[in-house]
Amino acid sequence: MLEKTNVKVLDRVVVRFSGDSGDGMQLAGNIFSNVSAGVGNQISTFPDYPAEVRAPQGTLSGVSGFQVHIGKGVYTPGDKADVLVSMNPAALKQNVKFLKEGGVAIVDIDSFKKADLDKALYTTDEPYKEIGLKGEVVEVPMTSMVKAALADSGLDLKSVMKCKNMFALGLVCWLFDRPLESALHYLHNKFAKKPAIYEANAKVMQAGYDYGHNIHASVSTYRIESDAIRPGTYTDVNGNTATAWGLILASEKSGLPLFLGSYPITPATDILHELAKRKDLGVKACQMEDEIAGVCSAIGASFAGNLAVTSTSGPGLALKSEGIGLAVMAELPLVIIDVQRGGPSTGLPTKTEQTDLRQALYGRNGESPLAVVAAASPTDCFNMAFEAARIAVEHLTPVVPLTDGFLAHGSSAWRIPDEDEYPAIKPNFVKPEMLESGWKPYMRNEETEVRYWAIPGTPGFQHRLGGLEKDYNTSAISTDPANHEKMVQARQKKIDLIARNIPEVEVQGNPDADTLLIGWGGTYGHLYTAVEELNRAGKPVAFAHFRYICPLPANTADVISRYKRVIVAELNNGQFADYLQAKNPMTDIKRINKVQGQPFLVQEIIDGVTKIMEA
Amino acid sequence: MEDMKYTAADYKSDQYVRWCPGCGDHAVLNVLHKAMAELGIAPHMTAVISGIGCSSRLPYYMNTYGFHTIHGRGGAVATGFKVANPEMTVWQVCGDGDGLAIGGNHFIHEVRRNVDLNLLMLNNKIYGLTKGQYSPTSDRGFVSKSSPYGTTEDPFIPAELAFGARGTFFARSIDVELKISQEVMVAAAKHKGCSVVEILQNCMIFNNGIHNYITDRATRADRTIHLVHGEKMLFGANMDKGLVQDGFGLKAVTLGEDGYTIDDVLVHDAHCQSNFLHQQLAMMDGHDLPLAVGVIRDVEALTYDQEVKNQVEEVRAKKGLKSLRDLVLSGETWEVK
Repeated sequence: MLEKTNVKVLDRVVVRFSGDSGDGMQLAGNIFSNVSAGVGNQISTFPDYPAEVRAPQGTLSGVSGFQVHIGKGVYTPGDKADVLVSMNPAALKQNVKFLKEGGVAIVDIDSFKKADLDKALYTTDEPYKEIGLKGEVVEVPMTSMVKAALADSGLDLKSVMKCKNMFALGLVCWLFDRPLESALHYLHNKFAKKPAIYEANAKVMQAGYDYGHNIHASVSTYRIESDAIRPGTYTDVNGNTATAWGLILASEKSGLPLFLGSYPITPATDILHELAKRKDLGVKACQMEDEIAGVCSAIGASFAGNLAVTSTSGPGLALKSEGIGLAVMAELPLVIIDVQRGGPSTGLPTKTEQTDLRQALYGRNGESPLAVVAAASPTDCFNMAFEAARIAVEHLTPVVPLTDGFLAHGSSAWRIPDEDEYPAIKPNFVKPEMLESGWKPYMRNEETEVRYWAIPGTPGFQHRLGGLEKDYNTSAISTDPANHEKMVQARQKKIDLIARNIPEVEVQGNPDADTLLIGWGGTYGHLYTAVEELNRAGKPVAFAHFRYICPLPANTADVISRYKRVIVAELNNGQFADYLQAKNPMTDIKRINKVQGQPFLVQEIIDGVTKIMEA
Repeated sequence: MEDMKYTAADYKSDQYVRWCPGCGDHAVLNVLHKAMAELGIAPHMTAVISGIGCSSRLPYYMNTYGFHTIHGRGGAVATGFKVANPEMTVWQVCGDGDGLAIGGNHFIHEVRRNVDLNLLMLNNKIYGLTKGQYSPTSDRGFVSKSSPYGTTEDPFIPAELAFGARGTFFARSIDVELKISQEVMVAAAKHKGCSVVEILQNCMIFNNGIHNYITDRATRADRTIHLVHGEKMLFGANMDKGLVQDGFGLKAVTLGEDGYTIDDVLVHDAHCQSNFLHQQLAMMDGHDLPLAVGVIRDVEALTYDQEVKNQVEEVRAKKGLKSLRDLVLSGETWEVK
């Protein structure tokens, strides 16, 4: 059928599904991205949830979106959509700003009646014009076609209406030449225990696909190119799940049981959910009475010899500060996951920012250094959770892996690694022979400044830890001024020396350029794409993206000193730029900042870099 | 004397004990060493965890694993510790401020969860380490540095809070009652679950004599009752007074007066599932009714740490996954060749 249609060949395409939060847009989007991954596309997805749990149907505050980017060279969920599916006028109004100029909007025209328009606060009877919709609109009578398709199904109206998302999915599958069998396979897994619901949804999906076929004269279809990607077995994973899995691998690689003490908080809660399910892999996941109990129970578990983790977001990290300080002082391994969201205070709970960097680095009383790492993509959450755990137990320190709301809920295809792709983790345990040579709990390895970890239950190694300053030699409580300073320096040096145990920062893009763009954490995909486009457009730019924040990779100062122009782009007011500036006073660091609770658009980076280059 | 594997000295650390001379904490520490020796659990299988305050210095004086944590959080740290390593015997030490003010939330939740640990709450009704402010157990009107005109709030009664949180074990002693202290500590350790032990303790410096009404040698026998499971609730210097049921409440009577005989006196049942009478016993304050010491409530219930362990084992056995890789490969995957 494709040959009869106007076929456009594209490297990549962005599809955005939008509807009421009960319309099943996430499911439609997820199946679409999985099916696309199955035909060899790279994928990146991002959900856009409303803050309310269930806002009134058809209203602006109840709109939920799901954006899917497929094709080759896909590193972000895409700035704007080529195709926008809107199940009602509210969804169209909220999402029209995400539609590319010249893009296609597919709407359920049955839901564009006067009452629907009123509910979405339209003031004219020309909705498209009113919201400035510039692209092509394909009006599809979805509701009536779904009703017709399921007339004999015996389902009640509410259940019938719940199938509308699959009509939209069927239509989009036709539009992008996705194999319907594959979509049906995912649908079948989803409703494996409800055959009647599966049958209804499958029928509707087929009806949507056929509808596309029948109207093909009026719209283009697309063929999406694929990259030659590394062979292997792949799955689709979001950042929070990847984080949880990275910790489980670290538990396997270190031989330490995994303990999570946590408290629900958006957008980090899914880590608790996943690890609670993973009791089937031996994880002890405890939902505690508050954020403080989350971190403190993890500290207790760490003292007991587990790989101990607490998961939270910005406000929770603030509550955990004192506990983290205790882990700094007791020199116990601890992983504190911060899934950053918009702040300060309750801020923008469902949105994304990089505004907790300073809190992670400095948010404690006293000189209390710890390690900070940051994940670059949803799948990199796996690596950096693993790395955080590795650093924590090899260096007996708290480590904060920073992710963010964008990574947490965004997903991409992940090649399932072989177990030997990750190193063994070697906790700095005491050795039995140390007892004879006068072991003390704060005795340090001379090369790394790391103290030795004695697990309770080990005969002869009974010892007392605590938040009070200890004597460098005897490990007894000490208020001696010189000793305190010596211990402060020892704890700092221990963190600094981690730099020997982490990889150097890589320079990507055009390393010979005059301009170096720097990013960190979850902005990687947007910055990488912008750098590629800048270089392609004849504006040479080198690119260094940081995943190890404290300590910085050993070659950081060297890399920065090589460039005439250094620009840090980040989703805050310049926290990483300030941090680098203080360490590199000879370089005048330029900044690109955005604090809107939204990821960068690739175009914003291109514009920002270009402006600085041309200044 | 029976043969003991360990002596009290085996549980003493080499650290100099820094509490004020005459502080009630010294007595508690010495009794704890003895109780541990009586229990015979190896020092390396024992952990003592505390928060902040005078009493929270105690772990430093133990030759066990110990952790002096942060203010109010000893319960949360101890919970994580016990769940992570249920083989260890865990003691938590707190004061009335640490346990019931800043740490009140963790206190009620560790009791509710029934984490298998022994919680010693040293109640001196004052903040000692910060030099004399009223605490959540200070009586209404109590004058202190932070309440120069008297407090305008009612106190917590630790037992009432423990019962409100569905506690399975509550015992009480007084710092000067060494024998009873040791008895309740041993009973606490033998009880599977969160064993709350309140010890009325005297702060020589900032609240000296706060428990005098109870502890005064001349009147102590009349103002306290030592409860022992299965025994009649008798008290008084001549053990001629008893507790009897009086409607929905309790009444103290003298045997041979008003027609009361030994047969009317209640027999203590610490193992009764209902906490109705336990709570009434625990609320007696030495005025109309004698203050109860000894084990007031001691019932069995599922413990949190063991149930977490059991659930992990059950789910593991049922699913049969060996590694993360097994799990991921059992989900939705696709091959790229």
